Amino acid sequence: MVQSLDYLKETPSQTAGPYVHIGLAPGAAGFDIYRQELGHDIAGPNASGTRINISGTVTDGFGAPVKDVLIEVWQANAQGIYAGDGAVEEGFRGWGRVVPDFETGLFSFDTVKPGIVMGREGRPMAPHLNLWLIARGINIGLNTRMYFPDEVEANAVDPVLGLIEQPVRRETLIATADDAGYRFDIRLQGDRETVFLDV
Amino acid sequence: MSKPELFQRDREWHPRALTPDYKTSVSRSPNYPLLSLQSSDSEITGPTFGHGDIDPIDNDLLRNYAKTGDPIGERIIVHGRVLDENDRPVRNTLVEVWHANAGGRYRHKKDTYLAPIDPNFGGCGRTLTDDEGYYIFRTVKPGAYPWRNWVNNWRPAHIHFSVFGTAFAQRLITQMYFEGDPLIPHCPILKAIPDARAIERLIAPLDLNATIPLDSIAYKFDIVLRGQCSTFFENRPEGN
Repeated sequence: MVQSLDYLKETPSQTAGPYVHIGLAPGAAGFDIYRQELGHDIAGPNASGTRINISGTVTDGFGAPVKDVLIEVWQANAQGIYAGDGAVEEGFRGWGRVVPDFETGLFSFDTVKPGIVMGREGRPMAPHLNLWLIARGINIGLNTRMYFPDEVEANAVDPVLGLIEQPVRRETLIATADDAGYRFDIRLQGDRETVFLDV
Repeated sequence: MSKPELFQRDREWHPRALTPDYKTSVSRSPNYPLLSLQSSDSEITGPTFGHGDIDPIDNDLLRNYAKTGDPIGERIIVHGRVLDENDRPVRNTLVEVWHANAGGRYRHKKDTYLAPIDPNFGGCGRTLTDDEGYYIFRTVKPGAYPWRNWVNNWRPAHIHFSVFGTAFAQRLITQMYFEGDPLIPHCPILKAIPDARAIERLIAPLDLNATIPLDSIAYKFDIVLRGQCSTFFENRPEGN
């Protein structure tokens, strides 16, 4: 016999279900209850750097839009610093919640472009947004990242993109430029399935 | 890095992405394996919230949407602690809940179940844990409701929980069930969890000690988030 390890086990995940908006974005569910909903303004009014818009859809294995998805965004500021991990602009939280249009499934949000973040062992990570997807049918939230098409050099040495063996899969994490800013489509399954992360 | 890394998430303990008896998961589950990453700042940092973000009434679902009186239903208290896998309290972390009303109806533009909306019940609440990781909500017990999966599926009464922790990779959404609910063994969503011990962790026991006599009955629900490593050893120093 040996001593027993006294760690607790993490609480198991369950799907957020189709009505996740009630808890996390009640305005989207159709009612007003709180003085302020959280996560509407990712960057805040004082953030430096380039203001950008990102839009896209989340689609299922049939290519149909996942209209009841909720996406959380977590990002560094333009200097590559996460809120809580160093000095950032007043009002910069770097976190937000994104809900698509219930009819079309198209999402759109505004933020600032993040800077390069120092990764493990002093290897810089290309500018990226960390995304977490929850929805009906998703038993445990899906983590992924969005990278930028105009960061070719930084992307080429990014340690996370570098872990993806197949170049065609690497491309699923890189947005495309469009008229409004960037377009990032997330495919849960099937053709050009997005790379999801076990973080 | 300025913050500790996290224990590996035990993917065999959580539900898998693909659980065919929960039909919606079939087309919404990735086919390819997840890409496993060692933690970087992007995972071990996370948003924090303060008392300026929320209001004291936000955790009182009996009152936070009341228009003409209290909502209909069994008055309950749901309370517990948010801990990490090292059994340490997770302080000052945001806990958000949402659930159906006593008739099993959600206040959501997409819910069309025939049970009525309760004009005095919104169905959501939020709070911050205290220095011991403790939280408390007051609400009505949600009702069971039918859903389209098989012809005759009923969700056991449940409360959805969303918890943050201090790292974005600790982010967790789950559901709390009630001790003694006969629908629990029949739920395909709950049975997506492969380990019976893990399922038990989602069933809140009746907590008579925390009931308020002649007022409200209580259930206790502790939540555990991923633990943080205590060592900072670098196996390869920067620059090498």
